[in-house]
Amino acid sequence: MNTKIDVRGLNAWFRGTHALRDVSLVVPENTVLAIIGPSGCGKSTFVRCINRMHELVPGARQSGMVLVDGQDLHARGVDPVDLRRRVGMVFQRPNPFPTMSIFDNVVAGLRLNGVGNGLGELVENSLRQAALWDEVKDRLHQSALSLSGGQQQRLCIARALAIEPEVLLMDEPASALDPIATAKIEELIHELRESLTIVIVTHNMQQAARVSDATAFFYLGELIEHGPTEQIFTNPKETRTEDYVTGKFG
Amino acid sequence: MKSVAGRRAVNHVMTALCALALLLALVPLVSLLWLVISRGIAGLSLDFFTAIPAPVGEEGGGVGNAILGTLYIVGIACLIGVPLGVGAGVYLAERGDSRLGDAIRFTAEVLSGVPSIVVGIVAYGLVVLPMRRFSALAGGVALSVLMVPTLARSTEELVRLVPHSLREASLALGVKQWRTSLKVVLRTALGGIMTAILLAVARASGETAPLLFTSLNNQFWNWRADQPTASLTVQIFNYAVAPYNDWHEKAWSAALVLLILVGSLSLAGRLLSRNRLR
Repeated sequence: MNTKIDVRGLNAWFRGTHALRDVSLVVPENTVLAIIGPSGCGKSTFVRCINRMHELVPGARQSGMVLVDGQDLHARGVDPVDLRRRVGMVFQRPNPFPTMSIFDNVVAGLRLNGVGNGLGELVENSLRQAALWDEVKDRLHQSALSLSGGQQQRLCIARALAIEPEVLLMDEPASALDPIATAKIEELIHELRESLTIVIVTHNMQQAARVSDATAFFYLGELIEHGPTEQIFTNPKETRTEDYVTGKFG
Repeated sequence: MKSVAGRRAVNHVMTALCALALLLALVPLVSLLWLVISRGIAGLSLDFFTAIPAPVGEEGGGVGNAILGTLYIVGIACLIGVPLGVGAGVYLAERGDSRLGDAIRFTAEVLSGVPSIVVGIVAYGLVVLPMRRFSALAGGVALSVLMVPTLARSTEELVRLVPHSLREASLALGVKQWRTSLKVVLRTALGGIMTAILLAVARASGETAPLLFTSLNNQFWNWRADQPTASLTVQIFNYAVAPYNDWHEKAWSAALVLLILVGSLSLAGRLLSRNRLR
């Protein structure tokens, strides 16, 4: 398997806070990496370093290397705008554009960058990939806010897929959703793995166990343990990992 | 501790006092409306809206040119003031946490406290003197100076209200920063900004002092930006201070027209904002 994401000695700060401490790990192509850990342990910061969204926060700083397809993201000449078209992101809370229709939301990544017409096929494909097509095909031109929370989140996934990224970062994508919507998103992750590399942050350990190939456990900004999901949940090497996955703390 | 009856009594007295204060506050407003409507309504006719002023002693005549002039001058003010005000507001919201941002904010605050007659003098110095004539353009410049600070501050607040998650959503899709500001953030705040513009226009169209020595007045139709131009407010002023009774009547009628114009603009602004919040 090819290496898709290669993180080497990554440190990240917010003003005074040292949010990530010397994190190194590798994500092979077409696999799902789950990131677990208690609140405030740097999970979100970690994924936001992979598409350089971290640096948009005032006072944010980082050191170390993040390579996607062997290319250092912070090398000179790497445009974060181009990078974010290759590394898509889905956020914790559904955030469709409220002034746009369902259709326009899906193609927002292209439209906002000035790509014009004939996007109907792309919209259908993206919505099918996000398992939303059948529910919205008759009302594509209604406001995105007319959808339920779970549908909105799948719309956001479709929006991220429409720019055809190679990597999809998901920051607790199901934490604001009910169990049925969550199940749909997990199913989706299984299917998307065929064509994408996925990094998913989750608070829900059953979810991590269900959807991922590998799991990384973060604690207080450090990567404590990283390995095949089955091993992390059944036979962790570190006692802190064991305590966390068995619910003794966190 | 007081008895329940005692607390009830205090409650009733306080409610009554508040109601009284409200009534007192309404007295000047209602009497103003009543006075303007009762004295102005008699002079209203189709002619009043479409004709130019008649010479002293002649019957009839209207303020058609002044209505057009007010719209014309306010239109010029919008052309200058809206891009400046909205642009400054967007800058303040997106990049305003800097020295420059603080300086702009401070300037806007000072500017919005400057008496409008002073703004008129400045426009006189900046536009009228170099052009060597009073003009609609000078009036528009003066009004735009009044519009910019309030527009900038309300735009800033409206843009800051746009959830950060939308900005992030757009940036995470690989959309450039300036396109995100323009097409996502500003687009989302647009409804509110339209309301703010309408309210600023309503305020500006009721101004007299800045127009007195910028656009001056004109007894005829005028389509040229570089000529003196009539406006409702200055026309009212001239009618009201003149020694002729029939001009006083015209002042009341013109005041009613102005009230309707400003009132309907404000109302449109409020309706827009209410629809947005729903």
